[in-house]
Amino acid sequence: MHRFDHKHILSMEDLSREDISLILQTAESFKEISSRPIKKVPTLRGKTIISLFFEPSTRTRLSFEIAAKRMSADTFSIAASTSSAVKGETLVDTAKNLTAMQPDIIIIRHSFSGSPNLLAKHISASIINAGDGTHEHPSQGLLDLMTVTEQKGDIKGLKVAIIGDIAHSRVAHSDIIGFTKMGANVHIYGPSTLIPPGIENLGATVCCSLQEALQDADVVMTLRIQKERQKDPLFPSLREYASFFGVNRRIMEAAKPDALVMHPGPINRGVELDPDIADSTCSVILDQVTNGVAVRMALLYLIIGGGDKT
Amino acid sequence: MTNPSAGNTSATALLLKNGRIIDPKNGRDETGDLLVEHGKIAGFFPSGQAPKSDGMKSFDLTGKWILPGLIDMHVHLREPGEEYKETIMSGTRAAAAGGFTAVACMPNTNPVNDNQAITSLILDKAEKGYARVYPIGCISKGGKGKMLAEFGEMKEAGVVALSDDGRPVANSQLMRRALEYAGNYNLLVICHSEELALSENGAMNEGALSTKLGLRGIPRSAEEIMVYRDLSLAEYTGKPIHIAHVSTRESVSLIRRAKEKGSPVTAESAPHYFSLTEKAIDSYNTLAKMNPPLRTTDDLLAIREGLQDGALDVIATDHAPHSMLEKDVEFDRAANGIIGLETAVPLAMELVRDNVLDVARMVELLSVNPAKILGVAGGSLSKGAAADITVIDPEREFIYSADMVVSKSGNSPFLDRKFKGKAVLTILGGRITFSELDS
Repeated sequence: MHRFDHKHILSMEDLSREDISLILQTAESFKEISSRPIKKVPTLRGKTIISLFFEPSTRTRLSFEIAAKRMSADTFSIAASTSSAVKGETLVDTAKNLTAMQPDIIIIRHSFSGSPNLLAKHISASIINAGDGTHEHPSQGLLDLMTVTEQKGDIKGLKVAIIGDIAHSRVAHSDIIGFTKMGANVHIYGPSTLIPPGIENLGATVCCSLQEALQDADVVMTLRIQKERQKDPLFPSLREYASFFGVNRRIMEAAKPDALVMHPGPINRGVELDPDIADSTCSVILDQVTNGVAVRMALLYLIIGGGDKT
Repeated sequence: MTNPSAGNTSATALLLKNGRIIDPKNGRDETGDLLVEHGKIAGFFPSGQAPKSDGMKSFDLTGKWILPGLIDMHVHLREPGEEYKETIMSGTRAAAAGGFTAVACMPNTNPVNDNQAITSLILDKAEKGYARVYPIGCISKGGKGKMLAEFGEMKEAGVVALSDDGRPVANSQLMRRALEYAGNYNLLVICHSEELALSENGAMNEGALSTKLGLRGIPRSAEEIMVYRDLSLAEYTGKPIHIAHVSTRESVSLIRRAKEKGSPVTAESAPHYFSLTEKAIDSYNTLAKMNPPLRTTDDLLAIREGLQDGALDVIATDHAPHSMLEKDVEFDRAANGIIGLETAVPLAMELVRDNVLDVARMVELLSVNPAKILGVAGGSLSKGAAADITVIDPEREFIYSADMVVSKSGNSPFLDRKFKGKAVLTILGGRITFSELDS
C-alpha cells in the first residue's frame, strides 16, 4: 500500500494522486466511528494538537476539534483575539512558544496566504493548513473529493462546475487542483472580476456563461460571496449577482439530472444558491460537513505516523 | 579574503600595475599602470614604466580590470531613522565592498529628506564614510504627494536630484509642477512610476503564480501606466526625468520610443530584474519580495535588451536594507526590497559573460551614465581627476554567504549563489576603501 510520508498538510498541490486516494480510503474507514454510540477510539491518545485560528471559523475549527477528540488526542485551541498576536507577537514567535510546549500537530488558519508554510519553516511540529488567505484549504478540498467519490463512485471523467468568487476562494483553489488531479474536468464561471489571471494553470477551464459551465455537469459547486468584499468594485450588487451568477432550479436543468449540488458554507441563501436547491435531494451540503470530520481524522492519523503501519 | 578593515588606509602614492584600464569615456582600453598621487590620478604608463617613489603602495593587477569608480544612483541608506537596518557608515562600507565609490541615497528616511537640515545631516555623516554620498531630496513635502518640497534650499544644501521614491507621486498635476519647478534649479526628477490604485496591497507580479500562491498581484500595467504618464509630462514640459527601477517589457519599449522622439529621458533597472523572475518567490520567500515585483522571463529578457541597446542607461541597485523583523513574517506583511550593493558587479558580470553587455557598456551603465545623469564628478579615469577607482577581478569565484555580507542587513535573495567576477579593490579619492588584495 502507498506510504504516506508528508509531515505537513500545507496544500492540495503538495499531495499526489496516491496520497489523496489513501486519505480518502482512510477517511472512509474512520467514518463509521462517528456513528457509534461511543464515538471514541484510542488511536491518538497522548498526542497534543493545537488549533491556532487567526480568522473566524465555526465549521472547520469544530470539525478538526471533533476529529481530534474522537481519536482521543488532547486538543487546545487559540483564537486570534485571545492570543498574543493582539499584543504584537509575531507569528513565528507565537509558533516557537507553542513548540516549546511540544505539541504534535498545529492546525492553523490565517488570513495571509503562505502562513502555514512560514510556520513549517520554523517549528518542529506538523502543520495542517486549515485555510490560508486566498491560497488553499486542503482539508475542505479533500472532504469535497470524499463526498463526490461516495456519491459517484469515481471522480475520473466527471464534469465539475465551480461557480462564483474563484479569485478569493481558497476552497476553489484546492478543489480545482484536487478534482483535476483525480481526473475530473473542472469548469469555472463567475463575474470576470472574480476569475483570477492564470487560473487555467491550476487545471480549470474558464467558461463564458453559466449555461456552458453547468451543461451536463455531474457536480455543481457554488461558492460563498464574501459580503465584506463589497467595498471593492467587483460587482455592483448582490441582487444583480443573484440574477446572473446565482444557481437556481431553472439553470440547474442544464446539469445532469443526478447532478450534485455542493457548497463549502456558510451559504448566502438567495444569493449564490437558491434555497430550494440548497435543500433539495441533489444537495450534499450536509454530507460535506459529515465527511469533514472523517477526512480530518484521517489527516491527523496519517501525519502522526499512522501511514507507517499500513 | 575579504578584509574591510584594510579600508581607510592612505598612502600618498598608489601604483596599480599591469591592469586592463577600461575607460570608455576617454576611449581607453589598454593594459598598463595607473599612478595615483595625493588622491588624484597622476598618470598612465606602459607596464613597468611608472616612476617609483618612497612609501608608494603598489598592486599587481595582472588579469584584473581597472575601472572608473562605480556609482549607484539608487540606494536606501536608512539614516536617519532606521539605523537598525543600515547607517550611512555601514551602507557606504557595503558600497565600497561592492566596488562603488559613490551612491545617491533616496529620501524616504525617517524623517524624510525634504529639507536642507536633513540633507546637511546626511552629508555631515557621509564625510567619514566609505563612498561619496549624493542625497536625493523629496519631490513633495513630507513625501506625502501634496505640496512641493523646497527644491532651492535642498539644492543649496547639496541634493543632486529629486524623488518621492517608495511613495509614488499619484497626482499628475503635482508631478508636472515638480518637473517645471525643478527646472529652475537644474534638478533631475527621478520617477517611481506606479499607479497605486492598481498595485495597492499587491505582494507580487500578477499572473498564474500569484493566483497559485493566493497572493494579491501587481499587474505590469501599474508600472506602465505611470511610466507613460511621466514620459508624457517630460515631453510636454521639456524637463528631464529619470525612470527608476524599470521592471517590465512594455516600460522598456515606452522609454525606447520616448528616446527616439528626443524626449529628455533616462532610465535604470536593477540587477534583480535582469537576474531573477517571480519564480524566486517559490514557497513564499520574502527575500524575493520587492516593489516593483520580480516579473517573468519575458520581462527579464526585455530588461537585458534595454541595457544592451540603450533604452536603459543605468544599472542601479535599489539597495533596500531590511532586518529580519521585516522579512521573517507572513509574505503579505513582509517589507519590500533587497540589499544589492555587494551583488551588483557579480550579477552584471554574468551579463558580460553571456555577451549581453561588453565590458565598456557595463562601465557605462555602472559609472559613466550615472555620473552624467546626476551631473556629478566621476565616470572616467582622467589625469588630474579625483582617484575614484574600482578594480574588478573577472575570474574571482565566490559564494555569497551570509557571513560575507557587509551591509547591516542580510535581506538578499542571492545568498548562497555562486558568482564569478567581483570587485577586489576600491579606491575613493586615493584612499583604499575596500581591498582583498596584497600590495
